[in-house]
Amino acid sequence: MAEEQAILEELTAKFPLLKDKVRVQRVRRLFAQVPSDDVREVFGYLVREMNFPILCTITGLDEGATLGVIYHLARESGIVLNLATSVPKERPALGTVTDYFPAADAYERELVDLLGFQVQGLPAGPRYPLPDDWPAGECPLRKDWKKGARLEPEGGKES
Amino acid sequence: MHDGENIRIPIGPQHPALKEPTSFSLALEGERILQAGVRLGYNHRGIEKACEERTYIQDLYLVERICGICSHSHATCFCMAVEEIAGTELPKRAAYIRTLVAELERVHSHLLWLGVAGHEIGFDTLLMYTWRDRETVMDLLAALTGNRVNYGINTFGGVRRDVSPEQKAALLKGMDLLEERTKYYISVASEEPTLIERLSGVGTLSHADAVRVGAVGPTARASDVKRDTRKDDPYAAYGEMPFSVITSDHCDVYGRTLVRVGELMESYNMIRWLVNNLPEGPIAVKFPRRVPAGECFMRYEAPRGEDVHYVRANGTDKPERVKVRAPTLANVQAVAHMLKDGYLADMPIVVAAIDPCFSCTDRLIAMADPHSLQPGVLTWEQVRQHGIEWYRRRGVDFTRLNRTFKCGEGG
Repeated sequence: MAEEQAILEELTAKFPLLKDKVRVQRVRRLFAQVPSDDVREVFGYLVREMNFPILCTITGLDEGATLGVIYHLARESGIVLNLATSVPKERPALGTVTDYFPAADAYERELVDLLGFQVQGLPAGPRYPLPDDWPAGECPLRKDWKKGARLEPEGGKES
Repeated sequence: MHDGENIRIPIGPQHPALKEPTSFSLALEGERILQAGVRLGYNHRGIEKACEERTYIQDLYLVERICGICSHSHATCFCMAVEEIAGTELPKRAAYIRTLVAELERVHSHLLWLGVAGHEIGFDTLLMYTWRDRETVMDLLAALTGNRVNYGINTFGGVRRDVSPEQKAALLKGMDLLEERTKYYISVASEEPTLIERLSGVGTLSHADAVRVGAVGPTARASDVKRDTRKDDPYAAYGEMPFSVITSDHCDVYGRTLVRVGELMESYNMIRWLVNNLPEGPIAVKFPRRVPAGECFMRYEAPRGEDVHYVRANGTDKPERVKVRAPTLANVQAVAHMLKDGYLADMPIVVAAIDPCFSCTDRLIAMADPHSLQPGVLTWEQVRQHGIEWYRRRGVDFTRLNRTFKCGEGG
């Protein structure tokens, strides 16, 4: 686990605020929790300077008072660093990472549709994965959203 | 639709070339595609949300139904994630059986793809041959797990069925037959000029672009991106087993064909190795109903590429969050890129070349008996016989061909 330990040390040396916030869970798996103000800087450093050229996906979570997001970054050697952050539910704003990974487009649209994130800088395009007439403000992956909630498409029912 | 100088045509979400709903918007100049847009989501079924409302064991059967072709991929990936959170040590024999089913699944998926690719370029003989050969591996999967698809072999802490000595013998025999057939397909792929001409230079994706758009699986490997989760992030029995990662530098649909045919040959050898080295011991250990709080990020090399699951547990019998990213989503940007600057007529084969997922039929077919008009159930063998009889009455006799194939001398 020498490579994993080296990543942990390099990251905490560069960003002292990450002290005790990075852990090696097992071989090839690291988890890091970052304040939302610093997440883009840490993300950029990992991609540019620390050889993480793969973004496996982005996970969004409803954590109660906050919304969580995890960027799953990987190295060619198979090591995955799960970079997590939390944003307040009243203002769930994130910066896009499509400038680093164009394929993040679909992952970020998923955060917008299913959890109600606001992703700043996300290029215009079709929504994903919900239908075009899905009502605004209905975020199905929020914990308080129950299945069977009556949904009327915008503009009323088609007859 | 007219878009300034260019014509913009919508294709889909329902259309004759693809079996799955996806909507393309193509900007054309004559027959050339200038820009391709993709709209997904028509198959969104809310499975991640549904997982949060069900117990782990219910979720296992639900995630197996995310996809009909790579069902074992999702079930195994989810299983391994939950087992890691619970700290369960999987018996070695169970890990080997999981890997065995995984490689059989890759064989059936790649043979299915080869048939679809043949069909999309008007080479329907290839479709008929490969899908006939695919029945060999479907029968082996059915004998091993009880099902042709949605095998249900996994359970938390192990597998649900053991492999008998007779099944081992049948597996080895089946691999010999499939290897011989695949060698024939390799000779077709490397010598048949119409196939080579039709697929070369179509749907190109350069190495740099494949890395930039994050392509996965055979799509990436055909652009010489040597990434394979089985090698890079080994799980189950892959860390112990010898195998090579197949790549090609053709960077087009022809390269994707070569990679998949090459991977078939690798899979046959892996299956032989697993059968010959299957360790003795239990196939499952006891697993708790409640899973302690924790999280896990798991990667798995599905037939179409890297499949990832993230699971967060909260100490109850239901997960807090299950996140799935199937390989096709990672390859969507690659398709849009491949279509650009290509011809409209190449669109079906270019899209098919990433092997987008669609559902598959079950082993038993419920149908009305044509004589009594009573609803009934036919076994697979009866359906086969029914098909042969149906054609014989119309003057086409497949009996001899069918017998030849069963002896492994078809061709």
